[in-house]
Amino acid sequence: MGKKRPIKVEEISKVSSQLSHVDSNELVPLPPPYDGVEGTPEWKPLTDAAKEKYEATLDDTIAVSIPRPKNKEEEDALVRKFLSGLEKLFSKENNWTFLQPLVLSMENCAKCQTCSEACHIYEMSGHNEIYRPLYRSEVLRRIYFKYFKKGGKFFGRWQHGDIDLNWATVARLIELSYRCNLCRRCAQTCPIGADNGLIAHELRKLFSQEMGIAPTELHEKGSVLQLKVGSSTGMNPEVVKDNIEFIDEDMTDMTGIKVETPWDKEGADILLIHNAGEIMAWPENPGAFAVIFEKAGISWTMSSEVVAYDGINYGLWYDDVMLAKVAIKHAEVAKKLGVKKIVLGECGHAHKALTVIADRVLTGDLNIPRESAMTTLEDIVSSGRIKFDPSRNDFPVTLHDPCNMVRLMGIVEPQRRILRQICPQFREMTPNGVNNYCCGGGSGFAIMSGHNFEDWRAQVSGRKKMEQILNAFKDEMDPSIHKYVCAPCSNCKGQIRDLIRYYDMFEKCGIIYGGLVELMVNCMEDAEPGFIQWEMH
Amino acid sequence: MAAAPWFYLVMYTAVLTFTLVVVTRFLKINTMPLHLRWELYPVGHESGEKTKYGGSYFEDLDWWTKSIHKSRANELKAMIPEMVFLVALFEHNRKLWFRSFPFHFGLYMLIGTIGLVLFGAILDLAGIPVGKSSSGLGVLIHYLTVGVAVVGLSLASLGTLGLLHRRLFDPELKDYTTKGDIFNLLFFLVVFAVAWLAFALADGDFSLTRAFVRNLITFNVSAPIGSTLVGIQILLVGLLIAYIPMTHMSHFFIKWFTYHKVRWDDEPNLADSPIAGRIGEQLQYPVTWSASHIKADGRKTWADIATEEIE
Repeated sequence: MGKKRPIKVEEISKVSSQLSHVDSNELVPLPPPYDGVEGTPEWKPLTDAAKEKYEATLDDTIAVSIPRPKNKEEEDALVRKFLSGLEKLFSKENNWTFLQPLVLSMENCAKCQTCSEACHIYEMSGHNEIYRPLYRSEVLRRIYFKYFKKGGKFFGRWQHGDIDLNWATVARLIELSYRCNLCRRCAQTCPIGADNGLIAHELRKLFSQEMGIAPTELHEKGSVLQLKVGSSTGMNPEVVKDNIEFIDEDMTDMTGIKVETPWDKEGADILLIHNAGEIMAWPENPGAFAVIFEKAGISWTMSSEVVAYDGINYGLWYDDVMLAKVAIKHAEVAKKLGVKKIVLGECGHAHKALTVIADRVLTGDLNIPRESAMTTLEDIVSSGRIKFDPSRNDFPVTLHDPCNMVRLMGIVEPQRRILRQICPQFREMTPNGVNNYCCGGGSGFAIMSGHNFEDWRAQVSGRKKMEQILNAFKDEMDPSIHKYVCAPCSNCKGQIRDLIRYYDMFEKCGIIYGGLVELMVNCMEDAEPGFIQWEMH
Repeated sequence: MAAAPWFYLVMYTAVLTFTLVVVTRFLKINTMPLHLRWELYPVGHESGEKTKYGGSYFEDLDWWTKSIHKSRANELKAMIPEMVFLVALFEHNRKLWFRSFPFHFGLYMLIGTIGLVLFGAILDLAGIPVGKSSSGLGVLIHYLTVGVAVVGLSLASLGTLGLLHRRLFDPELKDYTTKGDIFNLLFFLVVFAVAWLAFALADGDFSLTRAFVRNLITFNVSAPIGSTLVGIQILLVGLLIAYIPMTHMSHFFIKWFTYHKVRWDDEPNLADSPIAGRIGEQLQYPVTWSASHIKADGRKTWADIATEEIE
């Protein structure tokens, strides 16, 4: 079979039923036992009804569910809105937040393709052209130089390439901005310092902030629900307190250590903010935190104020305004309680949103110090306040590095120093640390499963992580040998859970996943043994 | 051949254009609002053990109570090899490095040649002749100029040919290559070809070029150039100098921003930091985003909409 002709940048504007196709035969093969076709579940095709109702002309999946415009007038109106959004994206008033890095990346990329191989989605898709980090950026660059910059109709086209702007371009660009995990591994390799990940981020903002278009899971069921009810999980303050009470009881039963989570304790040293998804999906994680903090004698509290018991901040991925609203709420509660610092639980994007990105949003006394739980936990371990028995963790353990925490914050070693101390069979993935690969669920994908997006997530964006996990345990693939993927981040954990389920990795390989604190409690001398349950949940 | 003053005028204009465009673009970027943090680790100025693995001050307990040491030496240790040897390209795109490195290093050497020619012109003015029959410093500068120029021109020419070949024939780059990209490389190629011809046929010892530079810095604009080929070379080099900062080739100074102002900018907004003042001003910018959840009306500021309750 001859080599497929690559899709050209300008083809994004050509009206067709589908621009690109994810061919399962072209996906990079996985290591054993998934090296044969029988290990890979069938990709559920999009239904005709979905294709009829939503824009589905990019590839074989839908992330955003944009209703199809009913007529040409509606299409043109949306294109006009896109252009007005583009103008705002490059205005200091509307986009002071990222204007400088955006302009630098837009105007200085040499199109050398150095970034391409760094992208796990592009690589593992078998080099599908539309997933190339540069493809998406180049579409926007051409539009920017042709339609936005002076003299663009001639010089822009000549210097930067031509493109037509129509509804097909805009619709596909919307979807395409959600085929990037925003892990910024591509940016790390750029010799000039251009950042194609940032361009995907800025595109998402344009679509949300100007056109009101964002995946429901991130906006309505995410940020909006969190701001209205208190949490994207839908838990209001009463429910969250009830749930934590149950968790405390369970923890006391499981560990034999009396646990009672303090709520709204003014003047506590630490305000601990979890991703509330943990409370619902992985209660043992906030429970383990409570056990450790109680046993270490830490002065801490959780807040039952709306928003403040959920560390998520999905605005990080698609909307600066939503990001600012949530970050300010978190800081206001910490200020009200008079805590010394906010400690962020095992949630990578919550770390980055509140510690790094919001650092220049939180002014004056709202800029309460924020610290990673990795650091707080390392201090507890190294201080000797808790005695650990590493022999209880004598099984193969590997560590997934959440991009937000590691590549984008430089928190690399504290979690490793803990694992080296408490897990005798700890081994690294390759590559790791700041050169890690995204789990494939980054930038909100882990909570997006509409239509057949989960298939895309498991087979394309999560493929590299799957490969890394399998390679980390390659000599112990026997399912009777229990193995643990430590992922100290809720979204990464969600994605790894979905990968394990999708490929039956627990049954076939004996691999489970969990956080860091679970491993700590599992080997606490004062706790009853057997905290980690070797079953899929 | 055109009257001599034109050649000088072209070069003055070129240098002036280059300076103006670089300064204007630098100021335009530098005066953009302070953006939110968007760093990427490792950051070049990190110090101690953390440099080995890309760690940050966020790894330290109560990091805000400790002084954050930024190592300028480490920054230079990261930046200088990157600028001189294109380390990122070497590590991540070796195929391109074999073409791009000679091109860039050749250009550095050609810039060095201009520096040596300028130095030679100053020596001339100071009464120290430069040439192979001179002695001491004069002969050293002569041979250095010729040597650096020949090696630089060879590397740059080979690099340009290699880059052009990749742009035209490598399927990965071809579809992302524009007419402008090809023009840029051809422009370099023509400049280098004329430079070779001028060197081989008219100015093998750089005496005419040195005389031109001497006249240029003494504003002796009526002095003849002495060779049509050298004249053409001067015009082309002038045009190239003026053209470079108008294109993405301006990354020679843009890189300072992408690294220092974005990738390595981990400056925290602590209590005594000037950051808060700048952010405070920017939070007063009016917002006009149209999506209904933003609730902007053109009068409300960022501070207003960020603190407004959601409906």
